[in-house]
Amino acid sequence: MTDATAHTTPEPGSKSSILTVDPHTAKRHAAEGRFKIYGIIAICIGLFFLAALLIAIVSNGTRAFTQTRVVLEIPLVAAEIEAAEAYIVKTSKYNDLVGEALTGAMSDAGIETEMEPKELLMMLSGSAGANFRNFVLENPDAVGGSHQFEFLASSRVDGYLKGRVTREALVDDKNLDAAHLDLVDQMREAGLVERSFNWDFIFGADASESRPEAAGIGVSMLGSFFMMLVVLAFALPIGIAASIYLEEFAPQNRFTDLIEVNIANLAAVPSIVFGILGLAVFIQVMHLPQSAPLVGGLTLTLMTLPTIVISTRASLKSVPPSIRDAALGVGASKMQAVFHHVLPLAMPGILTGTIIGLAQALGETAPLLLIGMVGFIASNPPDGLASGFLDPNSAMPAQIYEWAKRADPAYYERAWGGIIILLLFLMTMNIIAILLRRKFERRW
Amino acid sequence: MNDMRLIERAVDMDDIKISARDVQVYYGDNHAIKDVNVDIQDKTVTAFIGPSGCGKSTFLRCLNRMNDTIDICRVEGDIHLDGEDINDKRVDPVQLRAKVGMVFQKPNPFPKSIYDNAAYGPKIHGMAKNKAELDEIVERALRRGAIWDEVKDRLDAPGTGLSGGQQQRLCIARAVATEPEVLLMDEPCSALDPIATAQVEELIDELRQNYSVVIVTHSMQQAARVSQKTAFFHLGNLVEYDETGKIFTNPEDERTESYITGRIG
Ligand SMILES: Nc1ncnc2c1ncn2[C@@H]1O[C@H](COP(=O)(O)OP(=O)(O)OP(=O)(O)O)[C@@H](O)[C@H]1O
Ligand SMILES: [Mg+2]
Repeated sequence: MTDATAHTTPEPGSKSSILTVDPHTAKRHAAEGRFKIYGIIAICIGLFFLAALLIAIVSNGTRAFTQTRVVLEIPLVAAEIEAAEAYIVKTSKYNDLVGEALTGAMSDAGIETEMEPKELLMMLSGSAGANFRNFVLENPDAVGGSHQFEFLASSRVDGYLKGRVTREALVDDKNLDAAHLDLVDQMREAGLVERSFNWDFIFGADASESRPEAAGIGVSMLGSFFMMLVVLAFALPIGIAASIYLEEFAPQNRFTDLIEVNIANLAAVPSIVFGILGLAVFIQVMHLPQSAPLVGGLTLTLMTLPTIVISTRASLKSVPPSIRDAALGVGASKMQAVFHHVLPLAMPGILTGTIIGLAQALGETAPLLLIGMVGFIASNPPDGLASGFLDPNSAMPAQIYEWAKRADPAYYERAWGGIIILLLFLMTMNIIAILLRRKFERRW
Repeated sequence: MNDMRLIERAVDMDDIKISARDVQVYYGDNHAIKDVNVDIQDKTVTAFIGPSGCGKSTFLRCLNRMNDTIDICRVEGDIHLDGEDINDKRVDPVQLRAKVGMVFQKPNPFPKSIYDNAAYGPKIHGMAKNKAELDEIVERALRRGAIWDEVKDRLDAPGTGLSGGQQQRLCIARAVATEPEVLLMDEPCSALDPIATAQVEELIDELRQNYSVVIVTHSMQQAARVSQKTAFFHLGNLVEYDETGKIFTNPEDERTESYITGRIG
């Protein structure tokens, strides 16, 4: 043993102690320390931006989830309703009824004001009269009694209660002035105004530019949902079949090499290119309806396919070849080896890749611009499957983009709220991916 | 080398099961097997010995066309099983591999239950009509693989959760479950303890009654114990092929002698 150590130390006799650190080791420690610091700095920068993003989203977006409403008890007098129905512009007459009720309710609550009912109505959403009329038409039996309505407050009043609108900002506003806001304060004390959770934002339809308080993301959520169905139905089988063939069965030659390179390149093609491809192929050549989730889904399928193929092939590749040998060795055919052994092992990776591809498609806006799913005002939910696939609709990211474009700051708030919903969906999908991964991995 | 038990065993029959003529194997430009001619007899254990990298595994894989799965691998020459060319266009390698089973150098159980591992071959070849029959086949295979006693209480446990040696015996069980006519074993005992090794060797001896077994081994003692014929490979050449007793006591080639006495390899 002493012999051996004498050979390895350069200067025989000068034995070094392991209790003191030699200069070479010290250098390595220093390098290690520096690397650790770089890493920690990088992570901190990343976390900082993540935190900034989350704070911005939460602080801007959560307000979209509550909505101010004005609670009014309105008597449904048959004569008045008949009179209103006799007019050409019926909702305006109903509006007047609402205005009267509002005035009455205010004086009952002891709130004094000089304002005309018309002016008071500015505090309500423009849809109040229409809501009233719809209720009457749907419930003819209720006429004669009275009903408690919860009308949407106008976006300015809503914004005031949320701290978005200030008195100074209303100086130039033609709809509302500071006097209104004083009334709102008093009405709130009297219980005429309340703020509650805004289910309509989650399930409702988009509204016109002048009524942000009525806009919801629900219909475009359905649009996104139908698109995802299309993507799932096409991209998953095509992508997996293509990858299995390329990875396990295709001969290695120039042609398959070419395909491989092309797929890798396709994954890096900007999504707007897929949009214009979708426009050319599905709308101009195949004459599918514009703005339809079917077309959007097909376009997104084109976009997601390379991602799915690449991740599927990677997970097939990562299955150890000894498993294939084992299966072939007992006389399984290639197909049996792949489907009985390789595919189950690759499944977690394939599923993760697919869900990431889907999530990517869910958040994609650019290709939808070109096939007309952006800017479409989705005011009616689709009735039934066929209409869900074929009727014009929007999609969540397109809806968010649309809201962010509109002038009214109330829409800006909704855009942030929409982002929260979109992120929740993406998070759910990622969690599903993780759970599926766990489930399939635990089997072995 | 003193403890080698050289048993002179008469080779039962001179039926030739596999005959290989002028076999060449190339991995790309690497000429891994050169001009190998060998006749493997039925109901016989044939051992392949030789230094690491000499091409034993490669040649073994030619016999059930497992080299087909390696893209860069090219096999030339004739290999006949029972007089039929295994490289004939009409031969489906799947049928061939059902007849010529294989145990690989590295244990490679399926990441499924122990039961499923043993049952897989019989299942895909339709050897069992019902569950009871399959159970029987599985038990018989696991017993022959000398692993039944260790796993009979946990047939549902994953095969990959066994120790290395147990995994290898499971792989042996899986290979014999399909009742192959020829069993190719690539260093089946390299991960086994002496007891399991003895059990596997017993199995090999038992298999010899009906099948022919080709075993690659680095243990000269093992070759001497289990085989009737021994082939010595060196640098891709088949240097010497003869009765095991002759190879170990009176080899003709210098290289063989150097190897078995421990001078090359
Ligand atoms: N898949 C492969 N691709 C390329 N070359 C290979 C491959 N497998 C084996 N070879 C080469 O073929 C030659 C023979 O290898 P082989 O595995 O047959 O040796 P072996 O005798 O089984 O060795 P060992 O005793 O170590 O298992 C080696 O030179 C090796 O590098
Ligand atoms: Mg080998």
